[in-house]
Amino acid sequence: MNVVSSTQQVGSFVIDTTEQWGRSWIFLLRTVAALIKPPFRPYLYMVQILQIGVNSMLVIGLIGLFTGAVLAVQGEYTLAKFGATAYTGPAVALSLIRELGPVLTALMVIGRAGSAVTAEIGIMRITEQIDALRSMAVDPIKYLMAPRLAAGIVAMPLLCCMFNVVGIFGGYAVAVGLLGLSPGTFMSQIVSSVGLVDVYSGFIKATVFGLIFGWVACYKGYTCGFGAQGVNKATTQSVVTASVAVLIVDYFLTSVLTRVFMK
Amino acid sequence: MISVRNVHKSFGSQVVLDGVTLDIEPGKTTAIVGPSGVGKSVLLKLIMGIMTPDKGEIFIEGENMTAARSESRKNHIRRSLGVLFQTAALFDSLTIYDNIAFPLVERNGLGAARAHQKVLDIAESLSLIEYLHNFPEQVSIGIRKRVGMARALITEPKVVLVDEPNTGLDPLDGQEVYDLINACKSQWGFTGLVISHELPEVFQVSDRVAMILGGRIISEGTPSEMIASPDAAVQQFLNGRTDGPIKIQ
Ligand SMILES: Nc1ncnc2c1ncn2[C@@H]1O[C@H](COP(=O)(O)OP(=O)(O)O)[C@@H](O)[C@H]1O
Ligand SMILES: [Mg+2]
Repeated sequence: MNVVSSTQQVGSFVIDTTEQWGRSWIFLLRTVAALIKPPFRPYLYMVQILQIGVNSMLVIGLIGLFTGAVLAVQGEYTLAKFGATAYTGPAVALSLIRELGPVLTALMVIGRAGSAVTAEIGIMRITEQIDALRSMAVDPIKYLMAPRLAAGIVAMPLLCCMFNVVGIFGGYAVAVGLLGLSPGTFMSQIVSSVGLVDVYSGFIKATVFGLIFGWVACYKGYTCGFGAQGVNKATTQSVVTASVAVLIVDYFLTSVLTRVFMK
Repeated sequence: MISVRNVHKSFGSQVVLDGVTLDIEPGKTTAIVGPSGVGKSVLLKLIMGIMTPDKGEIFIEGENMTAARSESRKNHIRRSLGVLFQTAALFDSLTIYDNIAFPLVERNGLGAARAHQKVLDIAESLSLIEYLHNFPEQVSIGIRKRVGMARALITEPKVVLVDEPNTGLDPLDGQEVYDLINACKSQWGFTGLVISHELPEVFQVSDRVAMILGGRIISEGTPSEMIASPDAAVQQFLNGRTDGPIKIQ
């Protein structure tokens, strides 16, 4: 391994990565621009909200329910050490609303709908359907990407709300039904300790995650390589990239939002 | 008509087109032939404006596609074009009816009611009425190609581009696509550009033939001129021999 070839490899890696970044940002900007430029096709947006949002509801509800339930068990166990089981309600609610709701919803939607979006667009790319759109003077960014990005941004916070509500219900059922906490304490402690700022910060996170979901899934599909292998690679990359991005962005968003809302 | 002027296109270090110059005569059908991988589909994509040449210019009906910077300018020029793709490239989430109506509704902004009669007319001409409510995967590839042709022709383009009319088709379906091209040609009277590696079958739809090899047009003329060509590469390709100037990879 000589110095020249390894320098060359590092160089081309840096150039490729920078180029990818640039392209993906241009792609995002073009998609956002397409969102606000007529003609609008409301029907396409409805279909995507149905596929990405409505069709994810069952699975989001299910994991919300069990996440809330397990938080109640864990919360009660930990708080019992301090004789503070009365705070099980806030422990469940704050964990869900501030953190687990947005993150788990995003990861679940990425796994379920992100892979589907990437595969669909990737297949359209390799079967020349995207070329056909362009040849017919219909902009694929506007026709295919904008509705999916918008649906992600709209559906993610709504799914996250649902996740939180179902999760708190699951926590309530376990804490009150199985662990013998008083229903009044559980709910009243939630009401007195969860503030609007917690709801806002969860909502902002979910919206940003919706954007990441739509952006990565569409971009990976749009830039998919040749053949079945290309679609395979794009789909895997889409899920991995979006999930990692969500967790990284989550840390920074949490830090910033906590600062901002603390003031 | 289409005019291709000294067009170059490379992918990384791979030179695909190395100075292609060609005039497609109005009202006639020209076939571009050559072995697989010489860049025929790339040339088609350059003409459609969905790839940009490194050098050279392409004119469609007198308008310079390569000089069109914005997508909306390109879209304006693309209105003269209808394209039949290699595997038809129908939208599989739409019915055959909606596929045919697509360019009218989505591009020309025609209301569904006004598009309706045109869709029925063209479906009638191409014997597609009975399939209108099917989805593309429910019909054979031969029918899908007919739908692709209907979608290309419904906006009455001046130029029709056809990529590999009979890949993936059995000889009967393949023949049907050639008959389809000829029938549509006489009904709609467009300028045609057909890309193919199928010789001599493609001659039956061609008024003129151009052969592309090594990134350039090496021979151009009527089918009979091509058959009589003294060029060793042309003869090798026509007769499907493995020995000769064309290297088999
Ligand atoms: N988007 C692309 N990126 C890189 N290489 C490409 C691309 N499109 C085509 N090529 C290469 O250009 C060459 C010509 O391809 P093509 O035009 O499809 O050949 P054909 O004459 O069989 O239609 C092939 O070697 C192909 O690998
Ligand atoms: Mg080809």
